Amino acid sequence: MSLFSMTGLVMKWLLRKPYTSRYPFEPRQPLAGSRGTLGVTMAACAFCALCAKRCPTQAIEVDRAAKRWTIDRLRCIACNCCVEICPKKCLEMKTAHGIPTVTKDRETFS
Amino acid sequence: MATRTVIPFGPQHPVLPEPIHLDLVVEDEKVVEAIPSIGFIHRGLEKLVEKKDFPEFVYVAERICGICSFIHSQSYCQGIEEIMKLPVPPRAHYLRTIWGEISRVHSHLLWLGLMADAMGFESLFMHAWRVRERVLKIIEATTGGRVIFGVCKVGGVRRDIDAAAMRNVLAELAETERETKEIVKVFLNDGTVKHRLCGVGALAREDAYALGCVGPTLRASGWTNDTRKLGYAAFRELSFEPVTRTEGDCYARVAVRCDEIFQSIDLIRQAAAKIPGGELAVKVTGNPDGEVFVRTEQPRGEVLYYLKGNGTKNLQRFRVRTPTFANIPALVKSLQGCSLADVPVLVLTIDPCISCTER
Repeated sequence: MSLFSMTGLVMKWLLRKPYTSRYPFEPRQPLAGSRGTLGVTMAACAFCALCAKRCPTQAIEVDRAAKRWTIDRLRCIACNCCVEICPKKCLEMKTAHGIPTVTKDRETFS
Repeated sequence: MATRTVIPFGPQHPVLPEPIHLDLVVEDEKVVEAIPSIGFIHRGLEKLVEKKDFPEFVYVAERICGICSFIHSQSYCQGIEEIMKLPVPPRAHYLRTIWGEISRVHSHLLWLGLMADAMGFESLFMHAWRVRERVLKIIEATTGGRVIFGVCKVGGVRRDIDAAAMRNVLAELAETERETKEIVKVFLNDGTVKHRLCGVGALAREDAYALGCVGPTLRASGWTNDTRKLGYAAFRELSFEPVTRTEGDCYARVAVRCDEIFQSIDLIRQAAAKIPGGELAVKVTGNPDGEVFVRTEQPRGEVLYYLKGNGTKNLQRFRVRTPTFANIPALVKSLQGCSLADVPVLVLTIDPCISCTER
């Protein structure tokens, strides 16, 4: 590579702002179609358990008698299967990724 | 005669993204023999096919490898579709082709970065990965995941790329192409890079064939062998010629992969221009009964899938022969006689994907 083009490249990268973002001071904006975390609206849920049956990682458990819907966030692979199958459309795939966790708790909704 | 010494290389080594072990028998600084051993990250994914339903297993197949993830799921789905004689919609074929080629661009850019890092050219490594980030954003915007696409299913695909999104993809790819050209110029013309790669680990044309090489490693030795030419998915309707080189050395393998990035971008453009409308998937009823071999072209070369169903919801047998596994004998051959300092570069030129190899 000639010295001239190299100097041009050096000047280009010297003058423009960094390519990387200043995370965590500037959080990354999720893209519109991104599969982040699973959200649930319990008011519409009929506890049909189709989501639990379809889930390939058995992350979702539905207790029809106790009207309880639980999810293991660490097992969930955000495949969107449950969202596609839900007859009541009470599940949605949010674009933002979940917050880090240090415990293996199940999240319970009722 | 110089004393022979055995130097262990890997499984933990700065140049290796994944664990493979090589016992290097050296005389002074010259490698006389290399004895590979694998098996550090075997996960038993082939056995798992007996536990997971065949539609669910797509997610497992996709996770065989973190880089050629989409083509693994595509190969698995193609196999099941062939056993069950499913009429996959043409749009799904085209979308699979587009995503497959995007994943090839991302994989080759990743490899170019790793190669630059192995050579000690760190700024080039960062530039390669900067461009790759743009490709990852295309993948995330169209599929929802950056590495695991999760869009392939038995019978078709789960997501569409509409006209507006396709225009964005093409615009981003045009920018990627422009930026890649700048990087490729350095890889192919820079004096230090050429000094490090030219003539290193040359694999003769006959050896490449006899040792069963696949993919860019084979094509760099002069063979026009590309599984995409079989015409699976939408490739039969797209025009392209396999990229080849005749030298067979490290430089030739870099050059083949560099040219393949532009070839893949061209294939995506062709596919985007020809993509038909219609359904994305067909309904799947029943269970697979029968056996099939599927061959597809991954970024690293030809992958071979064997699927056997017995009419139940679980497959009876699942076997994958990955391109890295096929390229290891060639690696061992080309390591013989090379300098010890060239070993990291040579190991990388086959683009080793060990998690693929061990499944």
